[in-house]
Amino acid sequence: MSDSSRDQILNRLHAAIGEQPQVIPEPADLPQESLDRSQKIEKLKVLMEAVRTEVHVIENQDWTTVLKDILKKRDLRTLLYAPGTPVGDRLQEAWMQESDELPELVTYDGDIEDFKEHLFGIDAAVTSTVGGIAETGAVILWPDEKEPRLMSLVPPIHIAVLQADKIHSTFSEAIEAENWAQRLPTNVVLISGPSKTADIELTLAFGVHGPKELIVLILHENR
Amino acid sequence: MPNDTGPNFQQNASRALDDQQLRKNFKFAMGNFILKRKQIFSDESETEQLRQIGNTIKQRALSQLPQLLERLEQNCSRNGIRVHWAETTAEANQQVLRIMNANEANRLVKGKSMVSEEMGLNEFLQERKIEVVETDLGEFIIQLNDEKPSHIIVPAIHKNKQQIADIFHQKLPDTPYTEDVEELNAIARRTLRQKFYRAQVGLSGVNFAVAETGTLCLVENEGNGRMSTTVPPIHIAVMGLEKVVERLADIPPMLRLLTGSATGQLITTYVNMITSPRKPGEKDGPKEVHLIILDNGRSAILSDPQLRQTLQCIRCGTCLNHCPVYTRIGGHAYGFVYPGPIGKILNPQIEGLKKAGELATASSLCEACAEVCPVKIPIPQLLRRLRNESYTSEHLATVKDGGCKKNLMETIAWKGWEIINTHPQINAIGNKIMSRLGARLPRIGPLKQWTRYRTAPKLAPKSLHQLVDEEGIRHE
Repeated sequence: MSDSSRDQILNRLHAAIGEQPQVIPEPADLPQESLDRSQKIEKLKVLMEAVRTEVHVIENQDWTTVLKDILKKRDLRTLLYAPGTPVGDRLQEAWMQESDELPELVTYDGDIEDFKEHLFGIDAAVTSTVGGIAETGAVILWPDEKEPRLMSLVPPIHIAVLQADKIHSTFSEAIEAENWAQRLPTNVVLISGPSKTADIELTLAFGVHGPKELIVLILHENR
Repeated sequence: MPNDTGPNFQQNASRALDDQQLRKNFKFAMGNFILKRKQIFSDESETEQLRQIGNTIKQRALSQLPQLLERLEQNCSRNGIRVHWAETTAEANQQVLRIMNANEANRLVKGKSMVSEEMGLNEFLQERKIEVVETDLGEFIIQLNDEKPSHIIVPAIHKNKQQIADIFHQKLPDTPYTEDVEELNAIARRTLRQKFYRAQVGLSGVNFAVAETGTLCLVENEGNGRMSTTVPPIHIAVMGLEKVVERLADIPPMLRLLTGSATGQLITTYVNMITSPRKPGEKDGPKEVHLIILDNGRSAILSDPQLRQTLQCIRCGTCLNHCPVYTRIGGHAYGFVYPGPIGKILNPQIEGLKKAGELATASSLCEACAEVCPVKIPIPQLLRRLRNESYTSEHLATVKDGGCKKNLMETIAWKGWEIINTHPQINAIGNKIMSRLGARLPRIGPLKQWTRYRTAPKLAPKSLHQLVDEEGIRHE
């Protein structure tokens, strides 16, 4: 039944546009602003802070030290992380050195079907990012086997680690520079801030379904 | 759902105009949206450039729509997304049901989707004992109260927080009355997290489908869309067939136009791009992703080069926000799934002029919608066209029920008008009769409608012609 629907719809569409469809020229390119690295960091920071993201630019310092300070200010029991990634391995190392008053590190153990109950009880998660977008203020995540999709969604606090040199001026630039069209993974997500809604009288409220807090650590090697 | 003759728009509009609370809610919200859009699109020439790009991208996509849809299908299938085609909303509903039954599923969570509203999916599934939960906060509120969305983007905007507090208190077990918005949000979060946790199927709409890569793009602020498309083991996406774009590079400008126009945001909290179901080794995400491509009258719209522009719409809702009619009567008065200016051109073409043609008359043709439309749909032009279609001869009509308002009385009246105005002697006699009547014009027929809210015209005792003949032209 569905196959015939397919053919009928396509036949009608072919008939509708005719034998010689109108030729519409290519769209113009978006005006692009090219920013240097410090401008990109600044713009991303300002825009993400405007939608209540906590942004830390970390220059020539161990980011895990900064993260530990951030976590100590909050009363958290568990921190989800991804071993086998540069971010996860560094985190593990830092916790082995010192983990007093810090949340316990936990891993995404098994498939969601087995891990769901545990996942919905976790307090915070740390993930890496593949880049950022200065123009609109957002980080880009490509979840994979090691860093599953729900890490950045279910726990109430999401901490994202971003390399400063991976920040692109615009979204278009990111797509082109990294050749996205040829290699899109299962899921890509751009995140600009904590989950929010304005569905009740346009009053802004945070943490309606996803994380209530988004914390971005920008690692900026100043050399 | 409207019946065969369609909803009574006049009556609905009058009732809405008398509802002071409703008018206050809409006036406040729409004013706010207009301001926020203006702030984000502050550079006029840049905005114009961007709108031109949006217009070109959508026109290009429509000019090769069948090829792009085939390419989308091919690439989705290659990525593991199963594609289904539905001629009608009934067929699309059956496809959802079949997927649910095949997986013995009876609990579904929904991200916001206007196409699913068009399908009447909630009612359809509920009648078949399937639990359907709207998870967008606004949709959740109105679902609890058994209502329909009154706005494409903010579906519960007709409710104020007292009304919402009442609904939560009455409809959700063990919920105390609170007007605190943070608290209301927390209640929804608690309730809906349980639903995400337990659901076997998540359903969503699609903002853009990329033919080049077979990718479905969804934008949102709440995270309920990501939840619905990631936590349950099965994801079903429904889209109108006009949602396809050619290339991935089309997404950044379309995204800026959509979020800027809809909510005055540079970008939403989340932009979610789905290209495949869970791959071996991946720990989460749905194991099955289905895409249902719905026609429901859209292919017929494509065949008319002027009306085709209706299909450029990206459902941002900004034409609603800027419409003086919508702002005063709200979304429900229209009586159809799509309210406001876009609804006035879309519903008559999908549902037919008999049922929905009256909507095209609910406009002062002020052009505000055309000025702000991110893809430059000339809505007022299309409104005029649809008005004409109602009165055209049936054999010339291109829209469903074309010519449905054409009637003998009106044909005679216009023929008479033509004769009077092409024959000076008859015209002179007519003028004489009219001037005798003066202010005592009988208020019947169209004049009765016209004078409901307007002063009746007073006819001068003498015509301009006569005055010039008698007194000459005064040069003062």
